[in-house]
Amino acid sequence: MSVVAAIPQSAERAAPKNIGDRALRIVLKAAALAIVLLVLAMAFEMVRTSVPSMRTFGWSFLVTSTWDPVAERFGAIPFVYGTLVSSFLALLIAVPLGLGAAIYLAELAPARIRPPIAFLVELVAAVPSVIYGLWGIFVLAPLLRTWVQPALGKTLGYLPLFQGPPYGVGMLAAGIILAIMVVPYITAVSREVLLAVPNTQREAALALGATRWETTRIAVLRYGRSGLVGAILLGLGRALGETMAVTMVIGNRPEVAISLFAPGYTMASVIANEFTEATSEIYLSALIEIGLLLFVLTIVVNALARLLVWSVGGPVKTVRE
Amino acid sequence: MRRWLRAMVLVLTGCSWLVAPAPAYAQMLMNGAGATFPYPIYSKWFDEYTKVDPEVRFNYQSIGSGGGIKQVTSRTVDFGATDGPMTDEQLKQAPGELLHIPTVLGAVVATYNLPGAPKLKFTGDVLADIFLGKITKWNDAKITALNPGATLPDQPIVVVHRSDGSGTTYIWVDYLSKISPEWQQKVGKGTSVNWPVGLGGKGNEGVSGQVKGQPGALGYVELAYAVKNNLPVASIKNAGGKFVEPTIATTTAAAAGAAKSMPDDFRVSLTNAPGDDAYPVASFTWLLVYKDQPNETKGRALAKFLWWMSHDGQKYADDLLYAPLPGPVVKQIEGKIKQITYQGKPLMAGR
Repeated sequence: MSVVAAIPQSAERAAPKNIGDRALRIVLKAAALAIVLLVLAMAFEMVRTSVPSMRTFGWSFLVTSTWDPVAERFGAIPFVYGTLVSSFLALLIAVPLGLGAAIYLAELAPARIRPPIAFLVELVAAVPSVIYGLWGIFVLAPLLRTWVQPALGKTLGYLPLFQGPPYGVGMLAAGIILAIMVVPYITAVSREVLLAVPNTQREAALALGATRWETTRIAVLRYGRSGLVGAILLGLGRALGETMAVTMVIGNRPEVAISLFAPGYTMASVIANEFTEATSEIYLSALIEIGLLLFVLTIVVNALARLLVWSVGGPVKTVRE
Repeated sequence: MRRWLRAMVLVLTGCSWLVAPAPAYAQMLMNGAGATFPYPIYSKWFDEYTKVDPEVRFNYQSIGSGGGIKQVTSRTVDFGATDGPMTDEQLKQAPGELLHIPTVLGAVVATYNLPGAPKLKFTGDVLADIFLGKITKWNDAKITALNPGATLPDQPIVVVHRSDGSGTTYIWVDYLSKISPEWQQKVGKGTSVNWPVGLGGKGNEGVSGQVKGQPGALGYVELAYAVKNNLPVASIKNAGGKFVEPTIATTTAAAAGAAKSMPDDFRVSLTNAPGDDAYPVASFTWLLVYKDQPNETKGRALAKFLWWMSHDGQKYADDLLYAPLPGPVVKQIEGKIKQITYQGKPLMAGR
């Protein structure tokens, strides 16, 4: 760190030929600072504006489940539940799919089909979420309603998870949409992690007589496991904050229901839905407190992801050098 | 370095090109914010009005009624717009007296998904019972009694409502509260409510998408949206005991029916309005302006615009599927516009 600090100082003293360097330093520093300030300002503003709601409801905001804008009684449980369950469901589907695709792309796929598939993965990541939402309403929901949910109800209907009338929209639809949106992130990051695993690892395993699967499992996945966890957490962060697509397919009912067929609600959705027309101070404040909860949840998840990605970066670099 | 300079020059020329088509005459920028529901007609008006008065340019942000009320109250905009009238409490918080000026009318219709799309009739009571979750089947005696000709299946009714806070919801639940004491007491009215049953769809497209895909679904959407998309809509029994189909004419009739008992500040609910032709689920949408304007030139321009909007501007309503204001209401609005002042001096005294 001291070395880094020393260079610009000498640059400042030097002749004007280094003016570009100096400008660059100032600009970049400002950019970095701006991000820090932005996050702090957001946190400060959210805490400040959610004070009325915190005063009125206290901890009951976190443990009750009534959301009644008319009577102005607010509880966040159904939204926290919906956010966590839909995101967990998304990971349940997306992790095997995303990791599987990444392992294939990094370890098994013939070299000439790797670039087009990797390109397609990036393309899927760039589709706007409202498109997923519309697809969810017009394609996925009818599909679930007419085929998937009746079939699940018939075969697994004894489980409380698969009971109730098939609406199409609901927690299951939200989980599937989120999974589709999260898969490209998990695939792309996992692929990078797997490619960063040094070849000496694979060679060593193969030299010991390991099969392809054993090599992948012991030498590659184990080596990159914290990076892979980072990829998954990145996907989870995306799932937690996704708004539009989820709002369009989750059914928007603030209720904690065990069944995946039942409609639910997420934190991001309720903010998107009700913020524009929320007129009273306490109502607005309650919505902002939901935002604050989501902010805290997302920060925790992203911090975990960062830490894990950093920890995988270390050993890979040393081996390459 | 030279390349860097060249890039700089390019960027600068680009910027100057953006600024170049500057207006040749002095312009006044009128800022407004609020309701999303009337946004299409407001932007049409603001566009057409530049032909009437080229010196005024409007900048309208359709951020929702809540935002409109908040911004006009803090005077960050010159006028606000809302789908639901401001409450007495909200009016008290404003730094000056705010006027509600009705601009056009909208209606909310019940749409459904049944085999053969029969024409259905409802009363407010039956609708309230369905939305309360008390009537759960299409072949319930209360529904079949109203629709003797239609074949109604033994199928659950899937209620679909708006999930986003909206003026459309406000009008719908305002009507249900007026008809059903139980609704009034259990749910009440607002831009979002605690729905006893049903699924939430985002926006008109979310509700209608849900209704179209779900056999047995019943939801509510804006009249304009239902007409444009040819959705089946129900007739609803009005205060005069007649079953009225939702159309632009029957929506305007609701305001005409209410004109006689119109309160001076126009903060009136038009649901279940009197009159044989009145469609019962209709409402005004309002612009919010300060009675005493802070700036004389701007205030005069705003008053002139309001005058134009309530007269010549009304002819654009039909095409955009809004219901125009009825004659008697326009007369009442004229009186209101004349009350707009600058430091106590009327701005439209010449009329």
